[in-house]
Amino acid sequence: MALRQCAIYGKGGIGKSTTTQNLVAGLAEAGKKVMIVGCDPKADSTRLILHAKAQNSIMQMAAEAGSVEDLELEDVLKVGYRDIKCVESGGPEPGVGCAGRGVITAINFLEEEGAYEEDLDFVFYDVLGDVVCGGFAMPIRENKAQEIYIVCSGEMMAMYAANNIAKGIVKYANSGGVRLAGLICNSRNTAREDELIMELARQLGTQMIHFVPRDNVVQRAEIRRMTVIEYEPAAKQAQEYRDLANKIINNKNFVIPTPITMDALEDLLMQFGLMDEEDESIVGKTAAEEAKA
Amino acid sequence: MTNLTREETEALIAEVLEIYPEKAKKDRAKHLTVNDQSVEQSKKCITSNRKSLPGVMTVRGCAYAGSKGVVWGPIKDMIHISHGPVGCGQYSRAGRRNYYVGTTGINTFGTMNFTSDFQEKDIVFGGDKKLSKIMTEIESLFPLAKGISVQSECPIGLIGDDIEAVSKKASKELNKPVVPVRCEGFRGVSQSLGHHIANDAIRDWVLDKRDGDNSFVTTPYDVSIIGDYNIGGDAWSSRTLLEEMGLRVVSQWSGDGTLAEMELTPKVKLNLLHCYRSMNYISRHMEEKYGIPWVEYNFFGPTKIAESLRKIAGYFDDTIKAGAERVIERYKAQYDAVIAKYRPRLEGKRVMLYVGGLRPRHVIGAYEDLGMEVVGTGYEFAHNDDYDRTIKDMGNATLIYDDVTGYEFEEFVKKIKPDLIGSGIKEKYIFQKMGIPFRQMHSWDYSGPYHGYDGFAIFARDMDMTLNNPCWGKMKAPWIKDEAAPAVAAAA
Repeated sequence: MALRQCAIYGKGGIGKSTTTQNLVAGLAEAGKKVMIVGCDPKADSTRLILHAKAQNSIMQMAAEAGSVEDLELEDVLKVGYRDIKCVESGGPEPGVGCAGRGVITAINFLEEEGAYEEDLDFVFYDVLGDVVCGGFAMPIRENKAQEIYIVCSGEMMAMYAANNIAKGIVKYANSGGVRLAGLICNSRNTAREDELIMELARQLGTQMIHFVPRDNVVQRAEIRRMTVIEYEPAAKQAQEYRDLANKIINNKNFVIPTPITMDALEDLLMQFGLMDEEDESIVGKTAAEEAKA
Repeated sequence: MTNLTREETEALIAEVLEIYPEKAKKDRAKHLTVNDQSVEQSKKCITSNRKSLPGVMTVRGCAYAGSKGVVWGPIKDMIHISHGPVGCGQYSRAGRRNYYVGTTGINTFGTMNFTSDFQEKDIVFGGDKKLSKIMTEIESLFPLAKGISVQSECPIGLIGDDIEAVSKKASKELNKPVVPVRCEGFRGVSQSLGHHIANDAIRDWVLDKRDGDNSFVTTPYDVSIIGDYNIGGDAWSSRTLLEEMGLRVVSQWSGDGTLAEMELTPKVKLNLLHCYRSMNYISRHMEEKYGIPWVEYNFFGPTKIAESLRKIAGYFDDTIKAGAERVIERYKAQYDAVIAKYRPRLEGKRVMLYVGGLRPRHVIGAYEDLGMEVVGTGYEFAHNDDYDRTIKDMGNATLIYDDVTGYEFEEFVKKIKPDLIGSGIKEKYIFQKMGIPFRQMHSWDYSGPYHGYDGFAIFARDMDMTLNNPCWGKMKAPWIKDEAAPAVAAAA
């Protein structure tokens, strides 16, 4: 089976890292050989696989060694649960330097060192919340990830973010082979959440590949730095992640997304009661002015 | 070839523009004009200080070049850190021939390159710590350095390094001025913004350091040379004239200059401004804050020198006025001899110029003293106040070009057929290969000085040896016969 490279995007705090690691555990359980590439300066994309606080990142080790050329692949590549390979790009603390460049440097290093040449079935890039600059688009530029999964929920901002990410994909889809492969709904228990995300997916030209319900076992496993599949294989939630993994294995639905306009998105939100009809008469009015009127 | 009429020059511009696509043609047309001395404001005939079009082969520099290369670099007793990757500092190292006195590496540092040599990890994790470390190292390796400046290269502005905080902290620790300069190369349209940023940094971090300190003993004749970069020793051959007329030169900005001289400049009576473009900002600031007047002068060629010496003397009492006359008189025999020797060899020769800050207009007088005529001139990075001044110095119907492109310059030269071109290293070999005598007028072609009476003698000699060099008669390979020859061969 040819190597499939997938990138996971989504609004910050939506549960990208948790979802990625749990579904990757599901893929590994199904016998797939998988690598996770964390593309976030926080370097917390692999902790559940490695049972570690935070993995030594490529950029951190490069800084210590002098330059990235001084590193060997085995220095940065760690192996965790069911032989899942883990690397973290790493980057600076907030407020200094350029995290985007860190992602670019790290991914180039992995390519040059042949990290993708071993017999892998999947590579998953777990990317920082918003595509704030070119660096965080690195995983979807040519010859990298071909399939993008967007994690979202029925919350307004999560859907805004999903639509914006779809716009980013369009840009690179026209010059390369990157395609939107589906929305993963990580439930926040909002009303009619599944219907809403299915409708959003439809309008974006894609599918809701799976609805992951909310379950406290995820947090219980996370405290132990484990995935649900490893911590409690019999849990209902573990089966959800197995289902997601299987759907991804069999996924053939790869599209160039059709991002929707702000107006269309707001209409959708209003239709599902997440937003009130816009009242132009109140725009720019302070509370005091409203009281007077 | 005789000079073109106004109509012919206009037709030439139109012809050269013809090859451009419509949009480029419209843009470039604004930067080319035929001189009309009756125009008062150049904005009516030429546009300047605009972004160059991609692909036209501009020879402009960047803001870092304007700050590190021009304004700050020559301050010899400070260490100027090129903050960022190694290339910007290394490829411009010691290239500008700002002469200075001192022991390099001990108490002066002009030709050395100090850089933070950014690597990937510095981009990703920020360069503040490295910068701080470099400053500590500088202090231990070069304790006689009087201060440090941080010259920002492009990445610094992108990754948001806080060089101001690092500089303030280091300044306290080292007890020396440490000046952060935000001259990232991508800012502005040319090196011109770098000059301005560098001037502002001097204003904010240096100039007020001795405001409350009156220990410096002043005289009524204190002046400062502003905007002379001592290329090939220019400032030295200027300074002697000023001193001979009775003035005391307190500081030189920035050729062969020092930090202490800069700090003392607010104490002078008059600022003498040579390169208006790169240092008018600080002159205006000193005028506003300290009430120091400034006057532009021109030390190229005896006519302009005499004019300038008298103009400068006009700001002082009769002893200085008499001093100016004395200097002009003292050197008369010398410069008359230069003219007597070279003018007959150069009379009537036509020159085209394309240079930087002040030379496209300042050297016109020196050529005229030798009987030569400047028929075309232009600036890389001028603003319209430069062209306001140029209009009066150039003859009517001559050609003026702003930020000229490689193509335009070559085409103009082919049509105007000047006897000499004065421009930079990027133009030099193109025109020499076209068989046209060429002088580098940025670096004086590794000669100089050209300022002052001493400089004029060298200027005249250099123009003569270039123009009248026998090599120009040997451009044709010996086996290529005259036009007629092939016909003869065919007949045989």
